[in-house]
This record gives sequence, structure tokens and C-alpha cells, in this order.
Amino acid sequence: MIRVGEAAQAPDFPVAARHALGNAQLRRNVRHATEVIRNKRASVVGEMPDWQELRDAAHEIKDHVLRHLDVYLEQFEDNCARAGGHVHWARDADEANRIVIDIIQGHREREVIKVKTMTSDETRLNAALESAGIVPYETDLADLIIQLGHDRPSHIVVPALHKNRAEIRELFQRTMKLETLGPEPQDLTAAARAFLREKFLRVRVGFSGANFAIADSGSVCVVESEGNGRMCVTLPKMLITLVGVEKIIPSFGDLEVFLQLLPRSATGERMNPYNSIWTGVRGGDGPQEFHVVLLDNGRTTVLADEASRETLDCIRCGACLNACPVYRQTGGHAYGSVYSGPIGAILTPQLQSMQHSTSLPYASSLCGACYEACPVKINIPEILIHLRRRIVEAGAPLGERLAMKAAAFAFGDASRLSIAQKIARAAQLPFARDGRLAKLPGPLGAWTAARDLPAVPPESFREWWKRERGKG
Amino acid sequence: MRISLFITCYNDTLFPETGKAVVRVLERLGHEVEFRSAQTCCGQMHYNTGYASEALSIMRHFLRVFDDAELICIPSSSCVAMIREHYPKMADEIGDPAIRRHVDALLPRVFEFSELLVDKLGVTNVGAYYPHTVTLHTPCHALRALHVRDQPIRLLRAVGGLQFVPLPREDECCGFGGTFAVKNADVSVAMLADKIGCIRETKAEVCAATDNSCLVHMGGGLGRQQAGIRCVHLAEILASAETPAEQAKR
Repeated sequence: MIRVGEAAQAPDFPVAARHALGNAQLRRNVRHATEVIRNKRASVVGEMPDWQELRDAAHEIKDHVLRHLDVYLEQFEDNCARAGGHVHWARDADEANRIVIDIIQGHREREVIKVKTMTSDETRLNAALESAGIVPYETDLADLIIQLGHDRPSHIVVPALHKNRAEIRELFQRTMKLETLGPEPQDLTAAARAFLREKFLRVRVGFSGANFAIADSGSVCVVESEGNGRMCVTLPKMLITLVGVEKIIPSFGDLEVFLQLLPRSATGERMNPYNSIWTGVRGGDGPQEFHVVLLDNGRTTVLADEASRETLDCIRCGACLNACPVYRQTGGHAYGSVYSGPIGAILTPQLQSMQHSTSLPYASSLCGACYEACPVKINIPEILIHLRRRIVEAGAPLGERLAMKAAAFAFGDASRLSIAQKIARAAQLPFARDGRLAKLPGPLGAWTAARDLPAVPPESFREWWKRERGKG
Repeated sequence: MRISLFITCYNDTLFPETGKAVVRVLERLGHEVEFRSAQTCCGQMHYNTGYASEALSIMRHFLRVFDDAELICIPSSSCVAMIREHYPKMADEIGDPAIRRHVDALLPRVFEFSELLVDKLGVTNVGAYYPHTVTLHTPCHALRALHVRDQPIRLLRAVGGLQFVPLPREDECCGFGGTFAVKNADVSVAMLADKIGCIRETKAEVCAATDNSCLVHMGGGLGRQQAGIRCVHLAEILASAETPAEQAKR
């Protein structure tokens, strides 16, 4: 079954957003965190004279890969296998989870350490592992916070961005059963370190996601800030990596482009502190068994729609989230998906063949800040409009359809528009006070609940022109 | 020059004063203004909400009406963005090269009001007088689609008696977004609250913009708060001139 976390069961965006807007602490945390990352990003992007060229290059590489995805995926499979890796193909979330569980159970293992794998949140791997009697430990600090708190990620790069330090301290002290815990960042990371080190040294199965899978070498690349990822991909005896099929890049040399764009866009760093790239297995060094699971889970249906295909260009940097004025108000949970913000609004419904999450393409004022920030130049506003169109074609609510048809009829001819203006002027009479409309029924009531509307004045411009200038 | 005014549907209906102001400014500068009464709308609302075929028929109507216009002035940045960004794509999509040629021929003659004054007509001082403290909101479409940011500032700075105060966080959306303001009213209002905070911070009496759609949103929120700050279209500020009494006082 194709699944994007629990998005199919999530409430509509306006409902979830309303809930989020009521949480003052969450809004404060999200505002502060996005502000910090945005400022850092702006300063390190500003120092790149060829930033726009890099964006163009990245867009072209991705475009090329998506046009020849079949070729590059098989090339990756061949090269990875030649280096000693095992490549598995998963049609959907359930199949991917099944493959992973079978591998782990085949070795009679009961625990797995995980890092950098939002894609496994997409497939809901942890729930599947747990029901198969396997205990997953998240080792990325933010993912650990989410796991310990039975929480959901609210940002693509900074999953626990909605939590502040005080909340994390309380969580650690309670779940790690610590008698004392200081309030400083060093205290919290020291607690996490003690908690995780023991797992790194004990658990024999590692599990990771991938930022890039390189076709011409069969290598996998993960970038991170903490070094916990490096632990996960080097210490265990066996490593399993889950990769969405769109993460393929043609060659090692293409990393030049992406490793300049990604850290700057994601965390405002010039370079990630840890860049791990590995190719198959090597005797006596690192994991001695390596599996790659290539995941479709709706990606090929996105690929089939030429108008929105570039959604798959995404390198999961989260810059569009930080730039988005909607995300900055609501945080990520309102999007009901592991992928939040503008990219989530286009990716989540498409992965599910537009069968779920169809309120998301409307969760944008189309301000364009996401497109401006996107390091691979995904024209998100354009795709949002395209998806709205697909929703309308599949059947929008009757009231909206009638209103839009009526408006289009009026706009078809100036004399019809004049009549519509006269009707609006008459219809507003019961509601107009001092040139304002303060309380309207129907859908416009959503406007007037918090905002005035100006009343329709007694004379339209075209009437004034006709009266004054007498011709037209 | 003979300038054809595309007033836009909502200015026509809700903000006739903006249209009159555009006419006054252009005529004061010695241009001839025409108003083609067959005009209606650009199709933006339909297009952005997903009603592409309705938007297409509105586009066809626009092309017919303005086919032979010398210059088209539009006092709304989002409508200009609609025409400039989406008309070519819409024409391509129906696969009719004649329509595409028609669009391509029209686009170089389409200007947003402040863009027309500064970039096309080369004017920054339009002889206006407006003794108020004014801040400027830059609509997202002006900023990111038209790259019209400095033109209105230059025009405002040349207005007699006007004190210009820059708006903090000027690149942030006010939360209007067309049908977004109704479909996601709560988020829209939260965005508006931030924008209003920035406007109030400037202590300006007036907030100007090149688009009445942002202004109706910000003005609607400021009005509900009885904030005592007016939202005024740039054209109306540029149309204001000193009265003889004011001149005598100076």
C-alpha cells in the first residue's frame, strides 16, 4: 500500500492549522527557529557569486535524471552490487517495510539503530518493526526527541523544531529516568550521548536514509551535523539503507553542485560537519553486509505528470519551509504528513495520487517565497496551481464551482459585469455600515470574521467614465 | 502617448477612486488615456483557484479587447503578473501558435502603473503633494514576479510633503492570497497580524501599495482594529496635488 506516514487519516489543513495557531509556545518556537535558520542561510548564500548558476545546474541535473530514471537506477543497482551491496526494489511502503524486516529477522536480530531517514517515517517503518518484535532506536538527536516524546516531526531538516530547550530537558529527564539534568545545551547533548553511545556499541544492525545515491559508482551519500550518522553507518555489522528512487544522481562529480547547495540551504552551513559516502562493503572495515532498498511508493506516478514532475527534484533541504509565511505560522504538524511546508503541500497529495491530503495545495498564498528559496528551483507556486486544477477537474465543492462559473460568465462580457456590479451593490445593502461590510453570510463570512470589507461604492469606475467622458 | 487603462475587475467595482487617480496622473503628465469599455478581468482568480478553462476564456476576451492598444496601464501588480507569467503558458497549453503570437505581441505593451511611470515613461516626480508619513507594502507579485520594488519608492520619495518610512520585513506576504484569505482564513489572519505589527511599528499614517488586493486585506484588519492607519493605492497618493490654500500657507 502506498502510504505517506499517516497523511491519509490527517484532518484537513485549515482544521489542523487552526489547532496549531492556538498553541502560543509552538508558534514562538517555530518563529524563532525559522528566523535563525533563514538569517544564517541568507548570509552564506549571499557570499556565493554563482548561486543562481548552481541552482540552474542542480535543476538541470535533476531534470536529466528524471528523464532517464530507468537507466540510472539500473546503473546504480549494477554498480552497488558489484561493490558487494544487495539492492532491493520496493513498490510501496508495505513492501519496503517487509523487505527490511525480513533482512533483520533473517539474522535473528531484535534491535536496529536508525539515522537520517525521513523516508522510513513515510513508510511508517518503526511501527512495522515494533509489531515484528524489533526495537528501533532513532539516533539523530532531533529524531530521538521525537521518538522519546511519541511525537511527530514538524520540519524536514529540524524535526523537533517545535520543541524548545526547556521542553526537551523535561522530556529527557522523564524518559531517560535521570535524577538531575542541567538546562544548558551541553547538558542535554551529554545526556543524549550517554543514552546513545551504549546503543551504538551494542546494536548490530544499522539503518539509514540517503541524501544521494550515485549511479556511476553505486555509492550512497548521507550528510549530517552530529556524527551520530557516521556511527550508524560504520559501527554495526550490517547496514540497510532506504532510498527514494528520485534520490539518484548520475555521477560522483554531481555532488559538487549539490554539496554546495544543500548545507547552505538546509542549515545555513557552508559544509556539513559530516559527509559520509560509502560504496558496497569492504573486508574488515565497516558493515560487512549492506542492503539498499529502492522505494517507489507513488514516486513514479508523480513522474508521469510532466507539469509537476519537478516535485521529485527536491533534496529535502527545508529552505522552502523556513521561507514560507504559512509554515512559519502553523509549524509542520498542520500539514498532516512527514513532509510539511510548501514542498509537503505538493509532494504529499501527489504521492497519494491526489486521493488524500487535497486541502494541502490550497495551504499557500502563492507568495512565491518558496520558489525563490529553493536550491533546485522547483516552481512550487506553479505546481500548487496545477494541483488545484487537478482537484477542480476531479470535482470541487458545488458552491465553489457555481460561484466560479457565475463569475466567469460575468467576466465574459462587460455588460454582464455591469449587471453583476449592480446586483452586488443591491445585495450588500443589509450589511453595509459607514462604507464597510463588517459581517457577511456564507463563505465571505470567513473574511469578515476578522477583517472589514469595503462596501461596493455607488458608482463603478466604468460608470464614472461613461458619465464623465461619455464614450469608451 | 495614448495609454489604455485596464482598470481590473475589483478596482472597477470596489476602488473606482484608484482608476480616477491613474487617469489624473497620466493626464497631468500630458498623456491621453482611453478606457475600453468592453474590458472585464484578467482571469487571475479563476486561474489561481484551479479553474483553467474559465481563465482561458477570460484571457481570450482580454486579448480581443486590447489587441491594438498602444500601451496598457494596469494599477494592480498581481494582474500584471497573471498576464506576464501565465498567459504565455496558457497559450502554449492550448497549442495554438496564433494565440501565443498574440500574447507575445501584447506583453511588451503591458505595464504595472509604477513600472509604466518609472521604467517606460522615465518619470519619478509626477508633481504630487501629500503631506503625510507613508510606508509602502510591496506585493509578493510585484516583488517576485515583476521585480517592481524600487519604482514605487522612487515615486513616493519625489512627492512633496511626503515623509517615507520603510516597512520592516517588506518581503513577507500580507496573507491575502486571493481565495486563500477565505479558504484558510485563520492562517491568513495570523499572517495579517504580523504584517499589521510591522505597519504599526513604522508609525506611518498611511500604508501604500501598488495593489488594492493587499490593501483591502491590510486595510480590513487595520480598520477592524480601529488602528487609525489608512491604506491607500500609490496612484491616489501620486494624484494628490497641493490645493491653492495649501500653497498660500507655505
